[in-house]
Amino acid sequence: MANKCKEKAMHALFLVAACMSILAVAIICVFMFANGVPAITKIGFIDFIFGKEWIPNQNIYGIFPMIVGSVYVTAGAIIIGVPIGLLCAIFLAHFCGEKTYKVLKPAVELLAGIPSIVYGFFGLMVIVPIMQNIFGGSGKGVLTASILLGIMILPTIISVAETNIRAVPKSYYEGALALGDTHEQAVFRVVVPAAKSGIMAGVILGIGRAIGETMAVIMIAGNQPMIPDGITSGVRTMTANIVLEMGYAAELHREALIATGVVLFVFILIINLLFSAVKKKGV
Amino acid sequence: MLKLKKYKNKPFSLFLRIIVCLSALITIGILCTLILYIVIKGVPNITPELFAWEYTSENASMMPAIINTVLMTGLALILAVPVGVFSAIYMVEYAKKGSRLVALVSLTTETLSGIPSIIYGLFGYLVFVVALGWRLSFLGGAITLAIMVLPTIMRTTEEALKAVPDSFREGSYGLGAGRLKTIFKIVLPSAVPGILSGVILAIGRIVGETAALLYTAGTQAKIPESVFESGCTLAVHMYKLMSEGLYTNQAYATAVVLLVMVIIINMISGKLAKKLQKNY
Repeated sequence: MANKCKEKAMHALFLVAACMSILAVAIICVFMFANGVPAITKIGFIDFIFGKEWIPNQNIYGIFPMIVGSVYVTAGAIIIGVPIGLLCAIFLAHFCGEKTYKVLKPAVELLAGIPSIVYGFFGLMVIVPIMQNIFGGSGKGVLTASILLGIMILPTIISVAETNIRAVPKSYYEGALALGDTHEQAVFRVVVPAAKSGIMAGVILGIGRAIGETMAVIMIAGNQPMIPDGITSGVRTMTANIVLEMGYAAELHREALIATGVVLFVFILIINLLFSAVKKKGV
Repeated sequence: MLKLKKYKNKPFSLFLRIIVCLSALITIGILCTLILYIVIKGVPNITPELFAWEYTSENASMMPAIINTVLMTGLALILAVPVGVFSAIYMVEYAKKGSRLVALVSLTTETLSGIPSIIYGLFGYLVFVVALGWRLSFLGGAITLAIMVLPTIMRTTEEALKAVPDSFREGSYGLGAGRLKTIFKIVLPSAVPGILSGVILAIGRIVGETAALLYTAGTQAKIPESVFESGCTLAVHMYKLMSEGLYTNQAYATAVVLLVMVIIINMISGKLAKKLQKNY
């Protein structure tokens, strides 16, 4: 009898634990929206999202430059990170021997484990001076941020793409060889296209990482709250906006920052939905 | 070089091979540059004073931050590991395949793992600092981090439990053991390496986390006397050193320590994952 009670109690405990992640997502949504949405209505939805000026001491809160900034650096990161990441994944899956793989794979995993603050520091000390030498100016801006973010999303893209390229049945590759393709042609024209939707899922995951990255971007993006007019001009992302001003903001200013978080959160939710849609298609 | 002959009439194939190899070289080159740069610049800046017990404005010691990092990791894991493991047990051992709850839990776990750390930071700030009125507190930071690493622990534990062959369970039932006993005495012990590698992955994220802690646990470079006081971890400490602009040398040294920690954590996790593969 005691045993049966124990079984039942533990069953219930496990169930409660499983519901924790549902609870966590629900609480996060409630707190973010409940705190952010009033500010958006107070400022005015159009003024907030499409307002081109962010001047907190005059109570002007338009986050359009930050939205554009986030989109720019994310796009830049994708342009830089995806080709290198995808090719590297192809190398891991089809071009390297076991010995090379044993070195390269842990290296990619380590790249994923390096904290973003260390990436930011590296960007500030190495990439920024290089940019200063080439383009003049402060060296901080869209291009610098794109390069560093491109590096940071590499491991995400590599590991997802590699898994999906490996999942393509071997018969595809062999069939292409039998029809007279070289190894390269078979891989690029048959195997990689077959893994298309899995690779797409990896890219979407990379977009999510890049748009949500904070600490590294702050160090190297320049952080001017203006729409950048070139790839070397400074830029402020939504994430940077929150961290930079949260420390001293009060009242409507603080609420506007939380609302910036809400806009970012909505972006992330959309990206997440896209990710699961693409992943399902792949299976 | 023998291979070059093969490509004589296939210049495009040669080109493809070259760019593929080049990309791999770039990837590993970036990693080596990063590590070498930080180690070469940082190691000379590591001085015994940096490991003094007290942080003062003259001597930006990182010792309190290191101890805080260990404490923060412990606290966050105490909260996250039981929930993550129990949740995975429910998903693998109890839930019916394809039930609505399973789908919902999977969806929310995936959502959690996609949320960037700054959103966790804002959320933690809103809940613990504002709503509960704890001010900047160690516990608030730890709970925030626990939610953040929950999906990592859940997913790796699920994978590990699924990898335990059904014959283990059947054998245990055959000997008259109940469900609970089977789980705790047979299934969980066989899944330990997998669970551990997930836990270590989570440790890596906690150690490197900055954005989620900045406005929850705060930036005070002191070992907190209770969980309701502020205290910064090493990554936050490094951010502070960098943003103040006065302590570049100390920031280099901190970067080395952080990097070494992460490399060790990664190596352990890799070893464990390999051990798991060998088991079955």
